Amino acid sequence: MKGYSANGVLKAVVKGRGGVSVSHSKNTENCKIVRMPVPEKVVLPMQQHIGAPCEPVVKVGDEVKVGQLIGDTDKFVSAPIYASVSGKVTAIGDVKLANGSMSKAVTIESDGEMTMCEGIEPPKVENAADLIKAVRASGLVGLGGAGFPAHVKLGLMPNENIDTLIINAAECEPYITVDYRECMENSANVIKGVATLKKYLGFKRAVIAVEDNKPQAIELLNKQIKELAGGDPDISIMALVSKYPQGAEKVMIQSVTGRKVPPGKLPSDVGCVLMNVASVAFIQRYLETGKPLISRSVTVDGSAIHTPKNVRVPIGTSLSDIIDFCGGFKAEPFKIISGGPMMGAAVVGTDIPLLKQNNAILAFAEGTFKVKPERDCIRCGRCAQVCPMSLMPTLIVRHTKAKDVAKLNDAGTMVCMECGSCSYVCPAGLPLVQHMRLAKSVIREAGAKK
Amino acid sequence: MSVNKKLTVSASPHVRSPHTVTGIMLDVIIALIPSLIAAVVIFGYRVLMVTLVCVGSAVLAEYLSRKVMKRHQTISDLSAVVTGLLLAFNLPVSIPLWIAALGSIIAIVVVKQMFGGIGQNFVNPALAARIILLMSFPSAMANWATDSKFITTTATPLASITRPTEIITSFVGETEELPSLLDMFLGLHGGCFGEVCSLALIAGGIYLVVRKVISPAIPLAYIGTVAVLMLIAGIGDFEFVAYQLLGGGLLLGAIFMATDYTTCPVSFKGKIIFGIGCGIITTVIRLFGSLPEGVSFSIILMNLLVPHIEKLTTAKPFGTPKVDKKAEKAAKKAEKEAAKV
Repeated sequence: MKGYSANGVLKAVVKGRGGVSVSHSKNTENCKIVRMPVPEKVVLPMQQHIGAPCEPVVKVGDEVKVGQLIGDTDKFVSAPIYASVSGKVTAIGDVKLANGSMSKAVTIESDGEMTMCEGIEPPKVENAADLIKAVRASGLVGLGGAGFPAHVKLGLMPNENIDTLIINAAECEPYITVDYRECMENSANVIKGVATLKKYLGFKRAVIAVEDNKPQAIELLNKQIKELAGGDPDISIMALVSKYPQGAEKVMIQSVTGRKVPPGKLPSDVGCVLMNVASVAFIQRYLETGKPLISRSVTVDGSAIHTPKNVRVPIGTSLSDIIDFCGGFKAEPFKIISGGPMMGAAVVGTDIPLLKQNNAILAFAEGTFKVKPERDCIRCGRCAQVCPMSLMPTLIVRHTKAKDVAKLNDAGTMVCMECGSCSYVCPAGLPLVQHMRLAKSVIREAGAKK
Repeated sequence: MSVNKKLTVSASPHVRSPHTVTGIMLDVIIALIPSLIAAVVIFGYRVLMVTLVCVGSAVLAEYLSRKVMKRHQTISDLSAVVTGLLLAFNLPVSIPLWIAALGSIIAIVVVKQMFGGIGQNFVNPALAARIILLMSFPSAMANWATDSKFITTTATPLASITRPTEIITSFVGETEELPSLLDMFLGLHGGCFGEVCSLALIAGGIYLVVRKVISPAIPLAYIGTVAVLMLIAGIGDFEFVAYQLLGGGLLLGAIFMATDYTTCPVSFKGKIIFGIGCGIITTVIRLFGSLPEGVSFSIILMNLLVPHIEKLTTAKPFGTPKVDKKAEKAAKKAEKEAAKV
């Protein structure tokens, strides 16, 4: 069959345009995921997903157990929140999140016992509706960073216009290795999870897409397909070129299927659903144990971290507790990032809780990243060459200055996913991503006025 | 452990590539050095003097004009050095030094800074200055006199081989004999001192392509177009084509001037159109114009067209559905007919 290499691993259908070669810096790729000791307290914000925030269902002073429901809402685009430690609710109030926004949060002081909540048992799943209900109940949101409630995506199924399930294991951001570790340590859950989703939701095929800088993961998953999925010919591994941002939704869909998601449309419009690899493995674990999303793996790395690690952390643990578990700082931290260095958010302090969708904590000493002096644009066109969405950032900067909304729309401003390739490559050191955000706000403002 | 010192918070991305404007300009300067060395060997030390005057006055002009206009200093980006070097390369070795200095001042102050500085000029500063000098001091700019021991003929060979009929019949005219093709390749002939040594220019061009400073699209489209058109004009005479490619400022222009970021299109398609356009104009001027040389004019003329080329060739945003032109036309027709009824 076309596109197959000898061992059945697929090759990308289309090599997309643009992208940048950033240093991989996967320093923690051989660090097994370790559990950290129970923290003294956890802070569980009610906004840990894209969509409507949850409302606390507990009161200050309540005793809670691990896996007990803490917050929920009846809004569709949302995901329930569960206690990640057992103990006592000591406060309910506003906290600041990594991205600077405020959210209501439940603080639980741990008793250190980690007593499991009674009544946790595997959900009964017999059809697609059961599965989607179970995914909603598990509290799962996209674990790759977006935090989009998983049941909303999967709820589109069964659907005859959607044929392909893509499992995103590209992990194209530098430093982060938790998805790789998930593939290496829980490959059985990954493959079984894919098979389950395919079986109940009626996808014609499922493709697990991995960047080709992780040959061991590709080999292991490929072996596991044969052993665990009965050699299902419609579940396959695809090796993609290691190029940032290979893991971006539209880029990945194009690489895997050759289809292009039109501006303003969703993956489902071209017949695809994309899931993060850790999310899929979690679904399988949930179906087997009934234990909701109360912990996650996170990469802790960077030049200021004493012992970089991959850590399994109860949701809501403060960043400082996690960093302390990794030996604390070996150098004065200059910048701490929640997420990867290309798209992650720099935080103002470490006294913030880890959310469901946070996949990395990176702390850097001063001088790790060279800061370029900002100069005038020389029109070299590198930003346009690397843009995976075929945009021309410098043109958009000009339209933004002129506040020309029609031209901004024509130039595809809203298609920008803020991957940061343009800023990365700009020899003049221009903050092009910030310009793109400004351009988007100009369009939104004009829309609001109408 | 909590953090005591204040953390730096900035927008993503937090990593940046090592490329800088200064680094790019430094690469261009490195790429020009072989030609400078070749020129010194061929024409003697006056080359260095002219170059120093051009570069020095370009940098000084940039410094002073930024100061007068109360704008931030930009001389450290080295772009003025590149402009000075390129202008110098477009001058004959015998040029009076004050004319060279005047050229640099025109390039930097009038063409570059008055339009907003780096990235804003609409034509190549060095080329525009060269043309102004050519118009103002025609005899000084065409004085190919040199005491070089390598060169026997003083006229630039292009002056004698522009018209194909002449080349086919015999090489007669103001020169006694044309230099051999090898001499043409090595630069042992008259002309502006930076454009004679094809070997050094090509070496510089390869360096720029390897360092990814320039894309080979423009030089190849440009030189390729000239080659094809000259082959047609010379009725299949390859020797004539070779003289055309190696003579005059074609290589210097195609590799170093037409590829100037500010004044060439960004997209690949645009670059190809730009290169072909330069090639056509160069050929037409060389064959039919009264000037022996057409490179400067062709690049300047194409510089002016860049905004239009850009408009035509800018890529559509990812996933934009392809417009079916036939269907669109049919729809318009139907609309018109409906309006008539």
